[in-house]
Amino acid sequence: MENVQEIKTETIESESRKRTKKFIKSLFKRKIVLVSAIGLLLIIFSAVFAPLISPYDPNAQVLSEALQGPSASHIFGTDNYGRDILSRIFYGGRVSLIVGVAAVLGACVIGTFFGMVSGFFGGWIDDVINRISEAIRAIPQIVLAMSLCAIFGGGVVNLAIILGISNIAVYIRMMRGQVLSVKEQDYIMAAKLQGNKSFRMMMKHILPNCVSPIIVQMTLQIGQTILAEAGLSFLGLGISAPTASWGSIVSDGRQYLLQNPWFSIAPGICIALLVIFLNTIGDGVRDVLDPRMRGRR
Amino acid sequence: MGRFILKRLGQTLIVLFIVSIFVFLMVSFLPGDPVYAMLGGEISQETYDKWYYDLGLDKPIVVRYFSWLGKALVGDFGTSASQHKAVIDVVAQRVPITLYFSILAFIISVPLGILLGVLAAVHRGTKLDGILTTFANVCSCLPQFFISVLFLYLFSMILHLLPSYGFTWPWEDFGKSVSQTIMPITCLAIGGVASICRQTRSSMLEVINQDYIRTAKSKGLSQHKIIMKHALKNALIPVITLMGLRLGGMMGGSMFVETVFNISGMDSLLVSAIRAQDIPLIQACVLLIAVVGSVANIITDIVYAAVDPRIRI
Repeated sequence: MENVQEIKTETIESESRKRTKKFIKSLFKRKIVLVSAIGLLLIIFSAVFAPLISPYDPNAQVLSEALQGPSASHIFGTDNYGRDILSRIFYGGRVSLIVGVAAVLGACVIGTFFGMVSGFFGGWIDDVINRISEAIRAIPQIVLAMSLCAIFGGGVVNLAIILGISNIAVYIRMMRGQVLSVKEQDYIMAAKLQGNKSFRMMMKHILPNCVSPIIVQMTLQIGQTILAEAGLSFLGLGISAPTASWGSIVSDGRQYLLQNPWFSIAPGICIALLVIFLNTIGDGVRDVLDPRMRGRR
Repeated sequence: MGRFILKRLGQTLIVLFIVSIFVFLMVSFLPGDPVYAMLGGEISQETYDKWYYDLGLDKPIVVRYFSWLGKALVGDFGTSASQHKAVIDVVAQRVPITLYFSILAFIISVPLGILLGVLAAVHRGTKLDGILTTFANVCSCLPQFFISVLFLYLFSMILHLLPSYGFTWPWEDFGKSVSQTIMPITCLAIGGVASICRQTRSSMLEVINQDYIRTAKSKGLSQHKIIMKHALKNALIPVITLMGLRLGGMMGGSMFVETVFNISGMDSLLVSAIRAQDIPLIQACVLLIAVVGSVANIITDIVYAAVDPRIRI
């Protein structure tokens, strides 16, 4: 008996490992996805190890060296307080990544749950959840986030919560659609006939079938959330001084474009690159997971 | 069709009702005393009392909500805490400028985006397609504020071609108006062009593989006729959703451009209201943005249902 069990787990393990291998292989077959993944890893690496690789303290002010152009000692020059811009970019990446990932993860868990409930039960529950998610969508994401900032203030934790709230509706709508299309399939009917309880059924039979669109949506959504965070910080509503955030560095540099254009341009390029990498990977994952999309490029 | 429209109207009213509750509750959500939060701690007892009663803080919250809603429906949002004028006057002054910019950007981005998308799809796999797709992908990732800062740096600071800020109506001074609006409008339109181009391309490619296109081809129709008459018509259906989204986000989408180019539109007003925690002003702006968004949403749904009869069922 024990032997059989062992063999079984072994085959399952190697099966799933094989599948993961196949997935990674077909994902990175396209060079651009591989390049993006490497780029993304570099950004994550620079953010995680910011204290080790930053040449200077990101908040150390050396007023005598203010607004220098790029040089060997300061690759992107210095800002109006003489702070090293490269070091501030390394630290700023932390804010973008933490806020982006935390907001999307939170929104995904909560939104997926409510979307699933909404699609599974239908009726008045569906109506209530739908109207609330429509109300969230009636206000553009950036405006909703701005007004929540007005009430609760900025800061990394608040921003993650605020942007999370403004992302929820996306997952509610997507999950609801997924559940509605899966619900009518024969195997769900079969599970129902077996007398499975609602919650167990959602978790065991419906959720696993909706995983791939959720993953794709999350990758793309992290990019959008990073853009929103940068936008809020640019407007002075998100991360407040002296903490470095890419959006606020671009904004601070606007007045000094003639003295040191890299003050604004370097962090701006970082935001763009990070979002491009994330979107390319998201598109790549979608192409692999959704065979209908293949061959469209 | 009539029933469909009525149903959507009813749903939208409920949605706007929920939005209005959220907007109203902003005062109550403020940490600490709402009057002090809005006006700062150093105000006289008289001013405090006046605002306290103006905001109706002495009444129960439900009564307060309905009296606020009743006033808001006729355009009375109270007094702006930071500008000491009636909110409605402050907002009314700014709305036309934001509308002017976003409508122009919309009018430019829709046909241009569709054209580029069709071009990319028809020439799929060629260099042209590669360039257009890359352009669209990169532009939809660039933050609008960064595009604006780049344009500002390039065209006004380096090349000295265009003024870096300000706004003039075209009937006041046409030449000045054009030179002042070119950059902001381009920055506003780029994102729309990119996303519409992407959507058009991918839905065109989907349509081109359908049987009826093959039939049209084997009938001997010209390439031009197939694209314009058979493919494009069907490919544009998903693009309508995107257009609706852009139309809906019109009122609340230009805060970055307005901030960078110093244009006093409604979105930059909203930004300064938020910085000052001027709640009545924020309430008016957010509600207006939501109403415009919802109306655009209904229009999109109706157009969609008119174009694609399957939706109505």
